Amino acid sequence: MSATFLLDGQPVSFEPGQTILEAARAAGRYIPHLCWHPDFPPHGSCKLCIVKVAGRHVSSCAMPAKEGWEVESDTPEMNGERRALLQMLFVEGNHFCPSCEKSGNCQLQALAYDLEMMTPRFNHFFPDRPVDASHPDVLLDFNRCIYCELCVRASRDKDGKGIFALTNRGIHKHLVVNAESGRLADTDFSADDMAANICPVGVILHKRVGFAVPIGQRTYDEAPIHLVAMRPEAAGDD
Amino acid sequence: MSAEVPQALIDEVLRTAGSTPDRLLQILVTLQAQLDFLPPTLISRLAEQLGMPRSRVEGVAGFYSFLHLAPAGRYRVRFSDNIIDRMLGSEALMATMCANLQLRPGVPSADGRVTVSTTSCTGMGDQGPAVLVNDRAIGRLNHQRVMEICDLIRHDAPLSAWPEELFHVDDNIRRADALLSSPMVAGSALAKAVALGRDGWLAQMQASKLRGRGGAGFTTAVKWLACRDAAGADKVVVCNADEGEPGTFKDRVLLNRHADLVFEGMTLAAWATGARDGLLYLRGEYAWLRPQLEATLAARRAAGLLGSGILGQTGFDFDIAIHLGAGAYVCGEESALLESLEGKRGTPRIRPPFPVTHGYLGRPTVVNNVETLAKTCLIARDGGAAFAATGTAQSAGTKLLSISGDCARPGVYEYPFGVSIQQVLDDCGAADVLAVQVGGASGVTVAPYEFQRRIAFEDVPSAGAFMVFDSSRDIFEVARNFVHFFAHESCGFCTPCRVGTALLKGYMDKLAEGYGALQDLADIDWLDRLLKNASHCGLGSSAPNPVVDTLLKFRPAYERRIQHADFQPAFDLDGALARARQMTGRDDAGAHFDTGMGATR
Ligand SMILES: Cc1cc2nc3c(=O)[nH]c(=O)nc-3n(C[C@H](O)[C@H](O)[C@H](O)COP(=O)(O)O)c2cc1C
Ligand code: SF4
Ligand code: SF4
Ligand code: FES
Repeated sequence: MSATFLLDGQPVSFEPGQTILEAARAAGRYIPHLCWHPDFPPHGSCKLCIVKVAGRHVSSCAMPAKEGWEVESDTPEMNGERRALLQMLFVEGNHFCPSCEKSGNCQLQALAYDLEMMTPRFNHFFPDRPVDASHPDVLLDFNRCIYCELCVRASRDKDGKGIFALTNRGIHKHLVVNAESGRLADTDFSADDMAANICPVGVILHKRVGFAVPIGQRTYDEAPIHLVAMRPEAAGDD
Repeated sequence: MSAEVPQALIDEVLRTAGSTPDRLLQILVTLQAQLDFLPPTLISRLAEQLGMPRSRVEGVAGFYSFLHLAPAGRYRVRFSDNIIDRMLGSEALMATMCANLQLRPGVPSADGRVTVSTTSCTGMGDQGPAVLVNDRAIGRLNHQRVMEICDLIRHDAPLSAWPEELFHVDDNIRRADALLSSPMVAGSALAKAVALGRDGWLAQMQASKLRGRGGAGFTTAVKWLACRDAAGADKVVVCNADEGEPGTFKDRVLLNRHADLVFEGMTLAAWATGARDGLLYLRGEYAWLRPQLEATLAARRAAGLLGSGILGQTGFDFDIAIHLGAGAYVCGEESALLESLEGKRGTPRIRPPFPVTHGYLGRPTVVNNVETLAKTCLIARDGGAAFAATGTAQSAGTKLLSISGDCARPGVYEYPFGVSIQQVLDDCGAADVLAVQVGGASGVTVAPYEFQRRIAFEDVPSAGAFMVFDSSRDIFEVARNFVHFFAHESCGFCTPCRVGTALLKGYMDKLAEGYGALQDLADIDWLDRLLKNASHCGLGSSAPNPVVDTLLKFRPAYERRIQHADFQPAFDLDGALARARQMTGRDDAGAHFDTGMGATR
């Protein structure tokens, strides 16, 4: 008999060491997430996966499940906080969805639809962020970065390159690439790298394939993210 | 400083500071001190020599406030920007200095000589306003001292040639109790603990009921036991001397006057846990303490109190190394501190696992505050029961308070736990008190109706700060100063804190500028809740404390600033059109927004 906890009142069984989010997924239950990815250890930065356990908020992607826990996830309270976190991510960057090549394939946008985020609520920061078009095959539009560090982790741990890293801190935190010039073209980045194909939003974009699939027929145009994310092949989703 | 950095210098630094990736921060700190900034070519060469991606070196260098990736002058003057320094006139003094040196805050002078800027609390609240000049601290700033500093800078006088008197730092010990009143011979507490045996010593620690003085109040013996019992033979003892909480400076005094107690406490922790390596993480603001701390360590090695076979005990091997921080409050959070000790960005880790099982380089690690460790010497000397007999039921022993602000006698006060706030106010000579901020920016704002409450974990807990504000002060400005502090110090890792502290700062500034609306207070409440609930570490979850407390206890200070019942944009719409009006030469009614704002401002 494996151990179980309750997720919104329904029992979920888990193996020792499994996190709440992993156990929930294995049981076919969706908990929203952005920085979590099945191929990597939990990161814990976006906080979209927060759930409530015994009155405390925890990151379900990082918290090992415990026998007997009562976990609240799909509740108005938790979804309200998730919506606010999405609003924060929208106002800190520059997200002009209608003109973004990632529209319809973007997890941030998809989650905003799914969690019924109607307005940005907070004032926009309108940060001044550069676009790096130097690389022959890949464009970097930093305006949309949500700092999930998936590109950082993929390049460091899977591609063995360390192309991306974060610098500065707080609201001034931003990505840098592995070149003294600061240009992607001066790194050994390749469009085949895992890091080139993992961004959940529209920062790391392949050139010359823009709008190949028309907006309206894309992944999250066809099905909401809470279904797409549960498909077996939905690794990062790209 | 455009010339290429000599290879010999890099080699020398890598030789002395170490040349593995975990030494990166110490390497950068050393090079920053010698070169005044870290040019791009140096970053590239370091990355190559350390065998790590350049992006990571740049990422670490960019995290810490005291490391500069662009020229910042040979003199870097940083005004401590805590509310206490401001109350003592720091803003006017900084303006004077900027005018005198003909520069703008944060922008290097045209001749590349000097930058004048602000920094988070430098731990000199008892003798502010304070500045750091490179790695030296100067307190008791006044007009005359500012002029003197300007002259020295203009004459390119090296810091070593500045009058020593400028750098004099007072301990200001105003009330001494068990810890501060009893001088101890180095090694005497350790000898007693060694005589008890490792288990006997831990039993005394358990009996003492000592709880951590760094903030969280975790029982020290439980931490030590967990580390001792954790898998892995290579345990580590870390002393947290980051003391970044605004208004706190008692660890500075302990390190300055009682370093032996601190190092002896670390050695006592090693005796209990079996650790062989000790690390003291010294905040960059206290870098000036390093030479004397190294001297104390050397003396202890010479006396057989550090090294192998301590006090003649075969197998009792322990030594201590000092690591420097570089201007990042979050590095006081224990898991961020471990990251920083490993040479990385100070990003708090996911917990569990906790440091006692997976700490420094994955090894079982005890992290304790300076004061906690010093207190263990009392327990070794007098026994756990004697220690537990003082203080209150849940808070054994004494507490050092760093008292600053509106009082006659700022300084360090040692009290048994359980002392009332009113008693402390009477002792430090505070009158007409509006509020006390206990525990620093992340602590509790205490209003007069609560002054009979007691300093204790079970009532008003405190990591040590005690900032007094009299009725001439504006409590809203106090809270706003703290909100700015948290926004500046957020590591930026998690969404709620990275964006939430920046948003909160925006709302507080909007209120301060007179654009406040009732809706803003609702938004502030909502942000407070998100920060508290969803943040990854204690910085984000305590960032709203000053706002929550002052909104609850001093609501009129906010309502006074609200001119609009419902919504008001954060910027002056009419003001934004001023340039267009100027360009078109119009100033008629049609060229103005009808909001009333333009007219009233
Ligand atoms: C943002 C933040 C900053 C902290 N800064 C310090 C600090 O400067 N010094 C300190 O001893 N503890 C600090 N702490 C608490 C430490 O995480 C940790 O609890 C403490 O060092 C443990 O030592 P103790 O048990 O002896 O108190 C901080 C915590 C947080 C969340
Ligand atoms: S570029 Fe994309 S993958 Fe990388 S941190 Fe930003 S959002 Fe995440
Ligand atoms: S709460 Fe703030 S300081 Fe802590 S991890 Fe999140 S962003 Fe960093
Ligand atoms: S998915 Fe858990 S914090 Fe991002």
